[in-house]
Amino acid sequence: MTQNVLEMRSITKTFPGVKALNKVTLEVARGEIHAICGENGAGKSTLMKVLSGVYPHGTYEGEIVFENKTVEFGNLRDSEAEGIVIIHQELALSPYLSIAENIFLNNEVKNPVGLIDWNKTNHEAAKLLARVGLSENPLTRIMDIGVGKQQLVEIAKALSKEVKLLILDEPTAALNDEDSDHLLDLILHLKGQGITSIIISHKLNEIKKIADSVTVIRDGRTIETIAKSDVTEDRIIKDMVGRDLEHRYPDHTPHIGEEVLRVENWTAHHPQDPTRVVVDNVNLHVRAGEIVGIAGLMGAGRTEFAMSLFGRSYGTRITGKVFKNGTEITTRSVAEAIEHGLAYATEDRKHYGLNLIEDIKRNISIAALKKISRFGLVNDNEDFKIANEYRASMNIKAPSVLVPTGKLSGGNQQKVVLSKWINADPDVLILDEPTRGIDVGAKYEIYTIINRLAAQGKAIIVISSELPELIGISDRIYALSEGRITGELPVKEATPEALIKLMTMENAR
Amino acid sequence: MPTNRFTAALSHVVSDLGKNGIFIALIAVIVFFSITTDGILLRPQNISNLIVQNGYILVLAIGMVFVIVAGHIDLSVGSVAAFIGAVSGVFIRDLGFPWWLAIIGALAVGALVGAWQGFWIAYVGIPAFIVTLAGMLIFRGLALVTLGNANIGSFPEEYRALGNGFLTDVLGEFAVDPLTLAVGAIAIIAIIVQTWRTRRARQSYAQDVEPVFWFVAKILLVIGGLGAFSFALASFKGIPVTLIVLAALVLIYGIIQNRSVFGRHVYAIGGNRHAAELSGIKTRQVDFFLFVNMGVLAALAGLIFTARLNLAGPKAGDGFELEAISAAFIGGAAVQGGIGTIGGAIIGGLIIGVLNNGMSIMGIGIEWQQAVKGLVLLLAVAFDVFNKRRNGGR
Repeated sequence: MTQNVLEMRSITKTFPGVKALNKVTLEVARGEIHAICGENGAGKSTLMKVLSGVYPHGTYEGEIVFENKTVEFGNLRDSEAEGIVIIHQELALSPYLSIAENIFLNNEVKNPVGLIDWNKTNHEAAKLLARVGLSENPLTRIMDIGVGKQQLVEIAKALSKEVKLLILDEPTAALNDEDSDHLLDLILHLKGQGITSIIISHKLNEIKKIADSVTVIRDGRTIETIAKSDVTEDRIIKDMVGRDLEHRYPDHTPHIGEEVLRVENWTAHHPQDPTRVVVDNVNLHVRAGEIVGIAGLMGAGRTEFAMSLFGRSYGTRITGKVFKNGTEITTRSVAEAIEHGLAYATEDRKHYGLNLIEDIKRNISIAALKKISRFGLVNDNEDFKIANEYRASMNIKAPSVLVPTGKLSGGNQQKVVLSKWINADPDVLILDEPTRGIDVGAKYEIYTIINRLAAQGKAIIVISSELPELIGISDRIYALSEGRITGELPVKEATPEALIKLMTMENAR
Repeated sequence: MPTNRFTAALSHVVSDLGKNGIFIALIAVIVFFSITTDGILLRPQNISNLIVQNGYILVLAIGMVFVIVAGHIDLSVGSVAAFIGAVSGVFIRDLGFPWWLAIIGALAVGALVGAWQGFWIAYVGIPAFIVTLAGMLIFRGLALVTLGNANIGSFPEEYRALGNGFLTDVLGEFAVDPLTLAVGAIAIIAIIVQTWRTRRARQSYAQDVEPVFWFVAKILLVIGGLGAFSFALASFKGIPVTLIVLAALVLIYGIIQNRSVFGRHVYAIGGNRHAAELSGIKTRQVDFFLFVNMGVLAALAGLIFTARLNLAGPKAGDGFELEAISAAFIGGAAVQGGIGTIGGAIIGGLIIGVLNNGMSIMGIGIEWQQAVKGLVLLLAVAFDVFNKRRNGGR
């Protein structure tokens, strides 16, 4: 009996025209936390789909040995029966059902007659919630709890299935630091109970924190597996991108000019609950060529501030003044905001940023159709030309600009979103989590683009949950807590510790 | 490499055929019914009838495809058509309007009806399904009220021409009408010139264009199809007025769909409403105008139908909404919105028309006609879903 709980041997998976996995080998020791790293498109998710039976036996080459026996899964249920549970990046919970109902979905607790035993369901659910450290009523609906807690419900659901091997696909991608920490602690805790975990993540600091070994995949091949003692961020990055990345953030020499945007006493209330203040008396300014960061925990009102400013896309009872180049302006609608040279690139590309069924070209031009139209008619060829220019200058990796944006990787989707807003010729760009869910190489490209925009004299506001990123690219950082600006630091004084202190500052009301 | 160019050309043709599957389906249906009806389907008189009988469905389908692309639906068009027919009857019989004023007035009432529904949908935020379901009842009721439970018959000749008029013997009497042939020829030349110019413009912007042989083959197909069609019309009564109206609508709405800012906005809204809003598109305004437009087109369909029957009756427009919606979906529109074309909807409408017409000629009863049409709708959409899945979509 080896000490490996899982061995994937020489897995090759071919899609029409592409070899997604090429003789990938993965060995996971019993009871460890094993991290898998790789750029988007490297083949991590494909590998996990092979493992969990989404791609059934026979559609790939190679061998999977689980618990010392060769397994041939035909579908997800087969792998779950063996105790392999995968939690996807996009959570598979039904928003209108309760926590307990979700946990036991398709695995219902039944009485002898075959009807659902609700008392037992809720009781078992409560026990599972206690195990994952979530103090919520099992009857609460999923839509009423935050995404961090939903993640815990997913894990509770996995535990209900007697999980032996837990696979988490970018579990902290949508979580703030606090929720992430809690989740990572939980994974460590489960390790203590003998549950092996595979965690796919982009966040190198958390991998360093919890992983016992790291396997890096690049271009569908296993590069190496690194033991905990040898793990360094630089080594992982080098493996992932195949070259040395001396600097995670490109050099940036600011040429700061006149003030472009000033916001005074900006206040917005919650749209469903108008008595709740979500953005509280915010004052900030940004100058030409300056990159200003906004740091804050999730729920601090960062996105809400940006969206309420951008054409009142969020909130009610919005008050405050906006000055552009010293003159007061109003931004009552998105069209008006764009007119005044504002642009807002959303944190949620898929839901708020892109029309995924439409091609790159039409997505890029949609916010600035005026530029290429006369008498209400669009010049399609001009559209094509402009899109091609962006494809080249932003390095959007696609065979043509007629590819639907839904088929692009996260990094390339983000480049399309940025192209769209650059094409609208803004003076102020608000970038909300510009590198969320995209890989290290593409992040570097996005930073370079941001620097280029600043060098052109645009005023840039970057909202990010990743403090190293904010510190790495900003010239000045505001900290936001519970809707209020709790501090403003030039980048020289901005350490993660100082920022976290400001970000968690309680309001004295 | 020649093999590479050949395979590239081949894949172009195959993908084109895939995209135009609906067009091939229309040809298949036509061929099928020409055989089963011993060629009656393709007789000049019948071809002319096909256009005139289905004109109002095609008019509705044009409006409906925009509504569906934006992610809505309109169940009220049949009732609105009946209501407008009745209103036009009152304008002429009771108010003594001249025919042209009656038509303009009726279209204006259609716009008001659309504005009413658009208001609830766009500005109050009630789903279009509910608003137009209510509209279906409201305007059917109002049609009955307007008619006072009786038919209004006998309309002026100019009005009636909308439904069954022809441009006959304008240049004198001939066995084959020369004007119709001339118009057909002009249409063919215009299409060739336009496709050629588009191709040249695309080339000058260094975009991919289709291989020459395929380009030529398509043009030959257009020449053959349109030529035969105009010859058929010329050998019967000439150009139907309904066809002129339709051609104008297809031209105008084709430009709106393909080239206008408004069209882009409709597709953007259908594809992702939130993203469209955050791109500065005035989504409410677009929704509102879509329904005003649908109201006007429903009114036009009502006028054509009334003109054709020379009668405004309480049962007019019954089931029109279902045929128009079917036409859009058979033509490839997506239930979730964001996808659909006028060309597709017109072809979808023609498929329904040929089915109606062919089965009637064969003497198949109305009950089976219904069932077959339902099955065709289901199969068409199933084919579409299957096709998308095969291409790697979800």
